[in-house]
Amino acid sequence: MKLRVTPIGNGTVIDHIPPGQALNVLKILGIDRTTEATISVLMNVSSRRSGKKDIVKVEDRELKEEEVNKISLIAPGATINIIRDRRVVEKYTVDMPDLIVGVVRCPNPSCISNTSEPIKSQILVKSKNPVVLRCVYCEQAIAEKIADYLI
Amino acid sequence: MFGMRHVLSMREFSRDEIDSVLDLAEALEPYARGGRCDALSGKILALLFFEPSTRTRLSFETAMMRLGGKTLNLGPAEGSAIAKGESLADTIRVIGGYADALVIRHPKEGSARLASQFSPVPVLNAGDGAGHHPTQTLLDLYTIRKESSLDDLKIALVGDLKYGRTVHSLAYALALYGADITLVSPPTLEMPATIKADLAGKGTIVRETHDLDSVIKDVDVLYVTRIQRERFPDPYEYSKVAKSYRVVPENLEEAKTGLIIMHPLPRVDEIAPEVDGTGHAVYFQQSFYGVPVRMALLKMLMGESR
Repeated sequence: MKLRVTPIGNGTVIDHIPPGQALNVLKILGIDRTTEATISVLMNVSSRRSGKKDIVKVEDRELKEEEVNKISLIAPGATINIIRDRRVVEKYTVDMPDLIVGVVRCPNPSCISNTSEPIKSQILVKSKNPVVLRCVYCEQAIAEKIADYLI
Repeated sequence: MFGMRHVLSMREFSRDEIDSVLDLAEALEPYARGGRCDALSGKILALLFFEPSTRTRLSFETAMMRLGGKTLNLGPAEGSAIAKGESLADTIRVIGGYADALVIRHPKEGSARLASQFSPVPVLNAGDGAGHHPTQTLLDLYTIRKESSLDDLKIALVGDLKYGRTVHSLAYALALYGADITLVSPPTLEMPATIKADLAGKGTIVRETHDLDSVIKDVDVLYVTRIQRERFPDPYEYSKVAKSYRVVPENLEEAKTGLIIMHPLPRVDEIAPEVDGTGHAVYFQQSFYGVPVRMALLKMLMGESR
């Protein structure tokens, strides 16, 4: 396969993101227009494993495990490669945490977490495959369109 | 057997914990009827009702007074800090400093959970929006245990099973006792599929029908709930449904002798007043049982043995 973006020297490569979810991955990681790092976003590239996939490359920044684990909500099979001097020094698949704080809004408009109270949303992971989440506050289950509820 | 710091949701109760609450309620029942008890003398219970309530608020107050304790009532929201825009979290932190436990009813779901995160003292959920109302479920279970039996129970839940929070948490609790549950509702107000699947997953027998008359002769408990008029866009549709789910003495001719009829109250048209005089009606006892059950919870959360 011809490389469309050259390998990075140092930083983090997030591979095997479901096609179309790369921008949501950036959103969860808090990477927006204010970032100074060089970011490469590849969408809908061929994948032997899944047909199509997205890839995100963040140069000169090694993302921490607890930081990237949050993306497992929308990209449960994503792999993280930490690159130093053009070599992969660490590689792992994201692991969904048991509790996700401040990433997903509760879909229930009557939930206390959707008011101006001084709290962050707290979502329990009830099942990892398929992904089923439950709001700690109102106990409503979230099983569909999780990306729609990203904060 | 009771290690809980707060009472927020029936989901958090094991069967042993429920049984321990019901056992203590039974021991306290004579005091609920007027005996002298000083178990919570010197303790203060704050009642924070952000929504109107008669039964629940008064029975908590009665329960606390019967145990020798005192209550604080949050006055009308107007004029208090809440009207000035104070957050619930701050209100809880402040009032938590004045009392030994808090009872909260609030229109937002999850509000009692939030309160428990900010409160220095135990929190009891007295209804959070369409969410939970665990003390109602416990008093329902107590009523069944006193007036019928929780063993080999056959129960029909009747009415609005879609939106009614009391029937959802009651159904979960009954699953812990292996009850045989029949759901009776209009097609538009059936119990949500997720709850039915959860119950079936726990091995509970759950049947469903739209025909009330077909189940009355088989059950030990008829748990009737109010069908709310506002759920129906067409008043004619409402009147048709309301009529078909009204319990009248004629429905009860083939009922078991020991059948009990329960209702969380207030009732509107679901149970004819003529049923009150039959031996089947227990809804007013049920309402009274809120007192010993709430006494048990208050004693467990604030009593000396903790």
